[in-house]
Amino acid sequence: MNAGELLIFLALAVPLFAAVAIYAVGRMPDVRETLTIVACIALGIVTISIFMRVGAGDPPVWTVARPLAGLEIAFRLEPLGALFALMASLLWGVNSLFSIGYMRGKREAHQTRFYMCFALAMFAVMGIAMAANLFTLFVFYEVLTFSTYPLVTHACDARARKAGRVYLATLVGASLVLFLPGIIGVQIAAGSTAFMPGGLLDGKVSEGVGNALLLLLVFGSAKAALMPLHGWLPSAMVAPAPVSALLHAVAVVKAGVFVILKVSAYIFGPDLISALPAATWLLWVAAGSIIVASLVAMTKDDLKSRLAWSTVGQLAYVTSAALLPAATGLLAGGLHMLVHAFAKITLFMCAGAIYVATGASKVSEMRGLGRSMPIVFSCFLVGALCVIGLPPFAGMWSKFLLLNAAFGTKEWVTAAAMIVSSLLGLIYLAPVALMALLQPVGDGSPRAFIRPDGAPGPVVAAVMVTAAACVVLFVLADAVVAYLAPMTGRVR
Amino acid sequence: MISFEALHAAPPALTAHAPMLLVVGPLIAACAAAFAPTSRTSWMISVTGSIFAAWMALALLGEVARHGAVDYFMGGFAPPLGIAFHIDAAGVLMALLISSAGVMASLYSGHALPAEVRAEKHTLTQAGFLLCQAGLLGMVSTGDAFNAFVFLEVSSIGTYALIAIGEKRDRRALPAAFNYLIMGTIGATFYVVGVGFLFAATGTLNMADMGARLATLGDSSVVQAGFAFIVVGLGIKAAMFPLHGWLPGAYSYAPSLIAIFLAATATKASIYLMARFVFDVFPDGAAFGQGFIAWVLAPLAGTAAIVCSIQAVFEKEIRRMLAFSSVAQVGFILLGLSLATVAGASAGLFYLAAHALMKMTLFMALGGLAISIGARRLDELAGVARDAPWSAAAFAIGAASLAGVPLTLGFLAKWRLVAAALEAGQIWIVAVLAIASLLTLLYIGRMIEAIFFRPAPAGAPRAREAPVGVLAPLWILAGLSLWFGIDASLPEQLANAAGQALIGGAP
Repeated sequence: MNAGELLIFLALAVPLFAAVAIYAVGRMPDVRETLTIVACIALGIVTISIFMRVGAGDPPVWTVARPLAGLEIAFRLEPLGALFALMASLLWGVNSLFSIGYMRGKREAHQTRFYMCFALAMFAVMGIAMAANLFTLFVFYEVLTFSTYPLVTHACDARARKAGRVYLATLVGASLVLFLPGIIGVQIAAGSTAFMPGGLLDGKVSEGVGNALLLLLVFGSAKAALMPLHGWLPSAMVAPAPVSALLHAVAVVKAGVFVILKVSAYIFGPDLISALPAATWLLWVAAGSIIVASLVAMTKDDLKSRLAWSTVGQLAYVTSAALLPAATGLLAGGLHMLVHAFAKITLFMCAGAIYVATGASKVSEMRGLGRSMPIVFSCFLVGALCVIGLPPFAGMWSKFLLLNAAFGTKEWVTAAAMIVSSLLGLIYLAPVALMALLQPVGDGSPRAFIRPDGAPGPVVAAVMVTAAACVVLFVLADAVVAYLAPMTGRVR
Repeated sequence: MISFEALHAAPPALTAHAPMLLVVGPLIAACAAAFAPTSRTSWMISVTGSIFAAWMALALLGEVARHGAVDYFMGGFAPPLGIAFHIDAAGVLMALLISSAGVMASLYSGHALPAEVRAEKHTLTQAGFLLCQAGLLGMVSTGDAFNAFVFLEVSSIGTYALIAIGEKRDRRALPAAFNYLIMGTIGATFYVVGVGFLFAATGTLNMADMGARLATLGDSSVVQAGFAFIVVGLGIKAAMFPLHGWLPGAYSYAPSLIAIFLAATATKASIYLMARFVFDVFPDGAAFGQGFIAWVLAPLAGTAAIVCSIQAVFEKEIRRMLAFSSVAQVGFILLGLSLATVAGASAGLFYLAAHALMKMTLFMALGGLAISIGARRLDELAGVARDAPWSAAAFAIGAASLAGVPLTLGFLAKWRLVAAALEAGQIWIVAVLAIASLLTLLYIGRMIEAIFFRPAPAGAPRAREAPVGVLAPLWILAGLSLWFGIDASLPEQLANAAGQALIGGAP
């Protein structure tokens, strides 16, 4: 086993081992939480080394098994995957800090199961990020669905079970009925499902087959919540805040758009995507998804629900980016995936912090709360402005590149949808923080805090870290785009 | 690639007579078991006989890899007068499957039988089991159409008795056995009438001969009538929708030893025999054969896959659920065969082997779970995983394979089916497979939820973990499902050669 294989093995083994160990020491909460943190740090080190190696042009490769002729379980890193793995492992660390504060603060039940499923989900995410072909990716994609199901239904009440059923039915259903036939279709058309720079299917399929496969694969990746397969995401908000934060802003939904970006870049390739009419149809669907999600978000008073609908819209941005008939769209999409992850996890963690401290979950209950919780609401404002795309936050660059690519390819519908939705975002996200920070407590009845001393320390620390990252990425955006450049298949 | 050419499993003197010994071995063991003095002795005879058959099947595997197909003339009399055995790559796959299923089931029976069958009937049960095994092995290795009927009856008579023997635990075994007796006899009669028609048309009973003569004769109404009788007759025995009425009862009320063995082999042998007739005996390209595959076999198989999956979803008794699931899965297998391409036949046979493995695992695990409490209904099994974790875990592995979870054999089997259907341009088959797979997921979900996640009802009898004698074969089967899920080169190679032999080669 060479160094590259060892890194891949460790990236999978660390979270998997963590899951087993967490289960084993479940009766000792302090040991259990220490284990989680140690695993986060170890995985962080592994993914950073992977990231560096890919940047240096020496991507780790590992072929594990060959179940059938032409079907491999194999891993191969490329820039987008390395970035995704790094992002997920870093945010797992931050989120674990947050979880410890939140779960203890709320004295939640079944915490061992909770941390174990989290580690399993990270195992799946690592597999998705590193997969060398669609088949391997599919295996881990399913693991991710099943490992996060107990997290969605954590509360164990009727509402959670119902949400869990929707979650499983949509994700598993779409992956079996659409995604898997799509993968098999690719296998038959190309004799393999490997991700190839420049596009595996380029020049190998007719327009009709290409259209069908693109539709199957994009809708099949229902974790990307492209309408009309978005319903599971808002309903999954019954989960505890850390779950919503990591899974429904980072791991699960980003795995969905990651799949679409990978499929676009490495299965179809920019040239074939430009030639397929289905890409244009999907762009319209995504544009509709962006606008509708923004409008629905405006009507939601429940903060997490509003954030979830905002996520549906933002995911459609990345989907659009992947399908724009220009290679620069892929880079913009990759950057937006990263930036939105940091911004949205900040927002979700703030929502969790507010809830654990005050019990407020509705926007209308938060008027004036910022006076008592200035740090949390300031961070919320940072996250909101980053999602909307204002400087000096990283979101500005990804939106700029996205619009640039949309205008450059004369996709006016996409461009218009993005501009309108940004304005809508200004209306539904920013005022949450502004009302809390600037206005006096409403109706003269100050809300009784559940915890008089505000949110627990680890929670606030976690929020501050990700909010700071939104600013730091503003400076690093160019470096990220340069790092991703090889995925267009045009460089080198 | 695994090289079977180098496989010399048995000494040449035995290998030369392996096709005959394959059948006669279990037959002699059956006689010995019937007169065995104690239950224990009969069990040991049963295990020995099954292992002997598996040994002969392995020896044949090497022979077939070296020579393509093995023809053996009983007593040295060449056909058309003598009785011939004909074993090609497809036959060897079936023989291996049946004999290894026999080994596993007989190992299992040592501990399971006392709980389910009256003590004075143990020796007879083992005799019947060996008889049934000999008959099934004969069906897949014979080269003679009438001989196949004899073996069909040998296995059936064993089966009728074995189902009825389940009456110690549930009296409903008696009507179930009677029902199967009637249906099975009708099926066998139809088959033999069909063979009669073909004999009238060709003047031979040897299948290779028959195929050669039919190719020159062309089809006539006599041949077509023969074809229809044979397909309906074997369709009943293969539980081809809508002729499957006997199966749920038979699988549900038979002792678990028998259910395990039948689920893995009984319908499969008839499917194989039907495939031999459809692809080998009847002339290629005969219009009625093509029409049958396209307009009867495939639509019925598709209907079975969906309708019986739905029935399984709404069933309350867990063994009946698995039985309906089996009928649906027979549909999957027939859909693969109905493609009539090498890829389709290989995929169908691959699925056949995979399904045998996972259904055995499920029935055996269920036997393990239910041995101590005798549960039948799904709600009686609630929370049983807590008391019998090893059996329950093996059940979960079998269930995952049946549902087609990636990294299990079941997933690869479905993958190959869908790939073969897409390659043949049959999109509707892909759609049927997708829908049926979703339904499978639903009923699997119900079982897993009951066994693992529902709390045991208050006052329910506590289950005990199954004894090691049950767990060992169970975990060999479950382990194989997982191992083949990661490296399926062995079953793939066997199935590819079998598909080639069935579609590409002469009988």
